[in-house]
Amino acid sequence: MGGAAPIVAQGLNHYFGLGEARKQAIWDLNLTIKRGTLTILMGPSGSGKTTVLTLMGCLRDVQEGRVDLLGHPLRGATEAELVQLRRRLGFIFQAHNLHESLTAAQNVLMGLQVHGAGDAVKQRHAAAHMLGLLGLADRMDYLPANLSGGQKQRVAVARALVSNPEVIFADEPTAALDKESGRVVVDMLKTLGQTRGTTTVMVTHDNRIMDLADRIITLEEGRVVKDTNP
Amino acid sequence: MNRLLTWLFGRLPIGWLQLSHSRTRLIAAVAGVAFANLLVFMQLGIMGALNNSTVAPYALIDGDIILSSSEGNTLTDSGNIARAYMFQALGVAGVASGIPLYIGNLPLTLADGSSISLLSFGVDISQTQFVAPVIAPALAGLALENTVLLDKDTRSMPAEALASLATGSSFTFEANGKTLTAVGSMAVGGGFLADGMMVTSDQTFLRFFGSRRSGAPDHILLRVVDGVSSATVVDRLRAELPAGIVKVQTMPEARAADLAFMATERPTGIIFGFGVFMGILVGLVIVYQVLSTDVADHLREYATFKAMGYDQPFFLGIVFEEALILAVFGFIPGLIVSMGLYAGLNVVTGLPVVMDSARAALVFVGTLAACSASGAIATRRLAAADPADLF
Repeated sequence: MGGAAPIVAQGLNHYFGLGEARKQAIWDLNLTIKRGTLTILMGPSGSGKTTVLTLMGCLRDVQEGRVDLLGHPLRGATEAELVQLRRRLGFIFQAHNLHESLTAAQNVLMGLQVHGAGDAVKQRHAAAHMLGLLGLADRMDYLPANLSGGQKQRVAVARALVSNPEVIFADEPTAALDKESGRVVVDMLKTLGQTRGTTTVMVTHDNRIMDLADRIITLEEGRVVKDTNP
Repeated sequence: MNRLLTWLFGRLPIGWLQLSHSRTRLIAAVAGVAFANLLVFMQLGIMGALNNSTVAPYALIDGDIILSSSEGNTLTDSGNIARAYMFQALGVAGVASGIPLYIGNLPLTLADGSSISLLSFGVDISQTQFVAPVIAPALAGLALENTVLLDKDTRSMPAEALASLATGSSFTFEANGKTLTAVGSMAVGGGFLADGMMVTSDQTFLRFFGSRRSGAPDHILLRVVDGVSSATVVDRLRAELPAGIVKVQTMPEARAADLAFMATERPTGIIFGFGVFMGILVGLVIVYQVLSTDVADHLREYATFKAMGYDQPFFLGIVFEEALILAVFGFIPGLIVSMGLYAGLNVVTGLPVVMDSARAALVFVGTLAACSASGAIATRRLAAADPADLF
């Protein structure tokens, strides 16, 4: 996939804490993520991969250096600009974070209604279609409490993908899934990249899906120690 | 419900879905709001009864202008005014006629030994334009000595007395060691000052209230010449009469001043007003507790929505949606229970405690405002929803 790189990080440093307790988590990170690729961030616990994910996903303020997301510099961006950018993204969290009061279909609808009320019938069909693709056609009206861990995660994936985001940030999206379901999800992400140019950045330790990655970046102590294109 | 709210808000009714998901919490919250509504309704009901009973005597009298002692507080809590001022007023341009009005509280011992009191009005029965039209025709019957018009809604009035009055017969009773005969009736009801009311001629009044003098009535009622503005005549009277001694008011002004006095200067008015404030405060605290707990319980979901691109107005909308739902759901049972208690209080005390649509509307709007205020305070907790914490 060509086109401008949706994510560019230059000279990125990040710190946690204040005063003497201040600790640097990211050291002079320089990354360019190409459009339509599936990039996996790896590394031991505390290596900074989640921090990088949240910085690139405009969920955390950029302190030093530069991150451009979809052509917009994140440092100094207003809250309104960040909100608009987030609407072009999809997030898949390890702990699914479904709204317990909403059914599976309603949770997925939330991914669409962020763009406005729109046509309710079309939105419902889109949500149903996405859930169907993930094997949850018969669970649409179930509350999260009545779904298995894997089913919840697939609902969270459906919520992230239903609005056709330009970039997807995923944190261990396959951790709660069996091998087959995990591959279905990652295959879907891969296909979205190839057909629509959707870019995916994923933190994972799941060796079962490494072969699907376009690029694997390994971090240690806030620095890139390995960057491969398998 | 979901479809209605989805149509109303143009989005999923997250607030309603959250509230209805925790039924126990929803029931507790609605009960809390209903209780706060009940508190406010009861305080307003009793305060309304106080106001109603304050101005109820005005239903018996009529006139354009009332002269009172400047030391007096209300119609029934007045000092005496010299009748000479009536004659002086009759000389003012625009004043057509006037009468002295005598008011006193007549204690009455019933056959069973219990005591009641009757707020008694002594009027010049030849001038019917100074009493309410409903009793004006009966004034002629008061020409006989010791005859009265009795309030058939008087508290604890014996059933046989009411039956006699209902059939147009007379009813005789003892008061102050003298015999009175009720030759007619009217319906006003008891209040905080007396159990009922009585209208008699000024002559009978002065006979029963031995210490009162005809030259010192409680008030002077005046009628203005047809076509002349009461306000104009009031101005003239104020210029003519000594301001430090005589208070000159139109009847509507006097009624409004009585209400203001009871609400702001009498301890009862202040106490009930404080009760209303406490009811509102209880409602505020209950709704705030429910909403802030709800926000705290859903911080992770809200943080997820923030990450997805939902903005602050969306979250405020959820909290206000919940506040409005609690207000509506709490108001309805609060209103129904209050109406039941009003009816019970009315039966037990005879006080004019009645629910009117204006009060119901006022409390509903107040409930919406209080719940919205609680919601506004609870939204401060939304700031704690940080999407970066999700990873």
